[in-house]
Amino acid sequence: MDEYNEGLALTRPIHIDYPQAVPATYYIDPKACLYLTHGTCQICVPACRSNAIDFSQTAEERQLSVGAVIMAPGFGRIPDETLAKFSYGKHPDVVTSIEFERLLNPSGPSVGEVRCISDRRHPKRIAFIQCVGSRDLGCNNGYCSSVCCMYAIKEAMVAKEHDPDLDITIYYMDMRTQGKDFDAAQKRAVEQYGIKFVRARVADVMPWGNSLKLTYSTLAGRHGFEPFDMVVLSVGLDAPASAKELSEICGFDLNTYDFCKTSTFAPLTTSKEGVLVAGAFQGPKDIPESVTQSSATAGLAAGLLQKQRGDGYIVKDYPQEKKLGKNEEPRIGVFVCRCGINIAGVVDVPAVDASLQDMEGVIYHSESLYSCSQDAQEMIKQKIKEHNLNRIVIAACSPRTHEPLFQETLKDAGLNRCLFEMVNIRDQCSWVHANEPEEATRKSKDLVRMGVAKARLIQPLAEQTVPVTPKALVIGGGIAGMTVALNLAEQGFHTSIVEKNAELGGNLKRLKYTVTASDPAVLLQQCLEQVKNHKLIDVCTSSEIAAINGFVGNFSSVIKTTKGKKVTEQTIDHGVVVIATGGKEHRPAKVLGSEIVYSNRVVTQQELEERLAGKAKSLDFVVMLQCAGSRGDDLAYCSKICCTQAVKNALKIKEINKKSQVIVLYRDMRTYGFNEDAYRQAREQGVIFIPYSMEKKPIITSKTNKVTISFFDPILQEEVIITPDLLALSVGVVPEGTEEMSKLLKIPINENKFYLEAHVKLRPVELSVSGVYVCGLAHSPKPLDEVIVQAQAAAAKAAMPLVKGLVSVEPIVSHVNKDLCIGCGLCESLCPYQAIRIQKVDKTRIAETIVASCKACGICASHCPTFAINMGGFTNDQIIAQIEAFGKS
Amino acid sequence: MGKAKDKQSGAILVVGGGVAGVQAALDLTDLGYHCYLVEKSAAIGGAMAQLDKTFPTNDCSL
Repeated sequence: MDEYNEGLALTRPIHIDYPQAVPATYYIDPKACLYLTHGTCQICVPACRSNAIDFSQTAEERQLSVGAVIMAPGFGRIPDETLAKFSYGKHPDVVTSIEFERLLNPSGPSVGEVRCISDRRHPKRIAFIQCVGSRDLGCNNGYCSSVCCMYAIKEAMVAKEHDPDLDITIYYMDMRTQGKDFDAAQKRAVEQYGIKFVRARVADVMPWGNSLKLTYSTLAGRHGFEPFDMVVLSVGLDAPASAKELSEICGFDLNTYDFCKTSTFAPLTTSKEGVLVAGAFQGPKDIPESVTQSSATAGLAAGLLQKQRGDGYIVKDYPQEKKLGKNEEPRIGVFVCRCGINIAGVVDVPAVDASLQDMEGVIYHSESLYSCSQDAQEMIKQKIKEHNLNRIVIAACSPRTHEPLFQETLKDAGLNRCLFEMVNIRDQCSWVHANEPEEATRKSKDLVRMGVAKARLIQPLAEQTVPVTPKALVIGGGIAGMTVALNLAEQGFHTSIVEKNAELGGNLKRLKYTVTASDPAVLLQQCLEQVKNHKLIDVCTSSEIAAINGFVGNFSSVIKTTKGKKVTEQTIDHGVVVIATGGKEHRPAKVLGSEIVYSNRVVTQQELEERLAGKAKSLDFVVMLQCAGSRGDDLAYCSKICCTQAVKNALKIKEINKKSQVIVLYRDMRTYGFNEDAYRQAREQGVIFIPYSMEKKPIITSKTNKVTISFFDPILQEEVIITPDLLALSVGVVPEGTEEMSKLLKIPINENKFYLEAHVKLRPVELSVSGVYVCGLAHSPKPLDEVIVQAQAAAAKAAMPLVKGLVSVEPIVSHVNKDLCIGCGLCESLCPYQAIRIQKVDKTRIAETIVASCKACGICASHCPTFAINMGGFTNDQIIAQIEAFGKS
Repeated sequence: MGKAKDKQSGAILVVGGGVAGVQAALDLTDLGYHCYLVEKSAAIGGAMAQLDKTFPTNDCSL
């Protein structure tokens, strides 16, 4: 049984899960091996020519001495019993979302074609059922799994890409796409892909003739049933199976759902000292948040073990680089990759390989099944040695993902890593010309010939490094900024906080209580004291950044401090910048089309919170309006925090007076993760939640002494008019001062004015300018615990160049030929990264590249009127040789 | 967990080789620490290695 493919395919007892697996070593499945289950066979032992199979091996126990532990065991499966009520296990065409994921995958059991498992027909109608094993006390999973809405939308869109005629319906309770830019993706799913979303609970799924019958009930109490060919269960994330065992071995506590127990203010610290937690075990979450937590735990562990840094650290050795003589003949090795069927399914790889025969400079050429696999690297190294190759061309996939791997192989073989050229015959040939195999093959031959032409001219390039000032600048002194500074200081780095207000604390000062009943004032006090007492932290309040110059490792900033009428300026040098400028409550003038008069009767959630924390009288009748000014009303996005904030305040109102009436008008209640518990608690205590749709928006009439709301009640199926004592608007969050900062540092912001991270999934706290990091509300709206985690992650990332003490520069940066430069300054004015500047040298103006800032985009080189600028690895000569080779078929 | 005898160890143990564990291990090495990454199955990558594309940009996940 192939477990990697969720048991949907068969595999051999000795196998490798997938070609890119690390380590790429075959293993024996002990559940399937005849020798290990029945004590017979062992046919593999003599068959293996390397004598690599040794059945005498037994499990070993090893004792490791470590200073800290990071728990990242992931999540578990929802038990089959929970899935059984939807006929899972009874009918083969009811599948889990993970099984469906494999069915969609080109390397999966149906080679990416969506087919029913029962009779392999192409399904016409597919249903997704949300919240299977989540938000369900029936299976003791009261929490929301936080990721299922997103993956269901993704899988539905991918399925539609495979087969545009598919009819897909998603049955849901609340669409919880609260992450950054997630709502936009859902909108695409509806508008571009025609995926249907139905708010309904699914009662059951039953076999019905050749297909399946799905019975559901809507909010209005309407029951209905629909036939489907396939039903996908959006299964939640359970606690990992090993949770109890790990907690007993290590001695940390679990929460009621068997996830690791942590607190809002220290979200990654377990109850056991020195044991940290990251990823889904801390609570169900998606990839970017897991990655953020991981970076954060790395930084926290580094803070705990600051004195032991470098203990046992092994630096990889490379063999001495072979010197390449100036006129040494090129001896090129070319490897053409099949990428399984990804390339070879379209491109005639043997023909491409054969076209290399007798090509000038090519000493060795061959094809390989997967050039990126570990054994292929060994083979490349061996061929370099055997044929004394001094340049390598790989025709495979994208250099964006795989160039570093191959360059590492070159270094291992004693070659300079720039003696390498990659030709992308996957994206540019087999993918885009999937239906024209002959043309794809011809184009592959052209591209490979061009790659070889360039390879003849490539030269080794020296590795450059730039020293780093081991200090950090943190802009913004709210909880995010203070958290960054504290962690960096714990790691031993001097940090300056610049805060525009007279005091540190930011929004945290206005936060009165949390949904987990912890006291924000305690956290604030603790942080303020630690920041004040830490020798490595400087604080500049009432201060702003007047200018930032320099580049990663070598920034210099001018800080302007205004105390009364006195304005002082100081300059500080630092190696990195962390932006934690925060956000504030939005204050829309219009909500859902109604003009708003803010008064004693119409307030924001934050104002309500402050009022409830003060000596407020109990309120008899409160209405809360969610998404007031958000999600396409005034702001385009979801602010992530407002639903939990509303539930928190509703619970507080009920705590003050049980008899108070609270109505929450909402679009989707997004109390994701364990906050779902508070939402359920609020319903149990009599808070009434009524959904509204954008087709029938509530209408607000607000005067200073009276507020009236009229809305459509979907259960009564009629218009209702109410006059509460108070209307609380859940107004969302806007960033502060991002536009100014984006100009100052030349960093991009998105259309909602939040900073745009370098990579949404894999580099969530880094910005496109090296050495600049972002966290907190300046990145996107998020609750306190996520702000703290993101700040810890930003601190970890920012510490990396400071730890190294130097920045290594990609050798492909631009290079100015001083003899040809006329000092016109065109390059300086065009560079998007401030990486090239005009310097005066003996009265003449000459351009100079700041290598640490250069991103090698090539804009300067392509615009230089005198061809004075060349890009490392992409010189004019090399590119012209490529173009000429294209002409010679 | 190492019981510190005379000097506390500077190495760090990461339990689990999914995307969270791998990222933690990579970042730890970038911060100058020796790291042990422990994974129960034959290859690292965890659940993410089973995904085809990722939300919301539909990037390849391998």
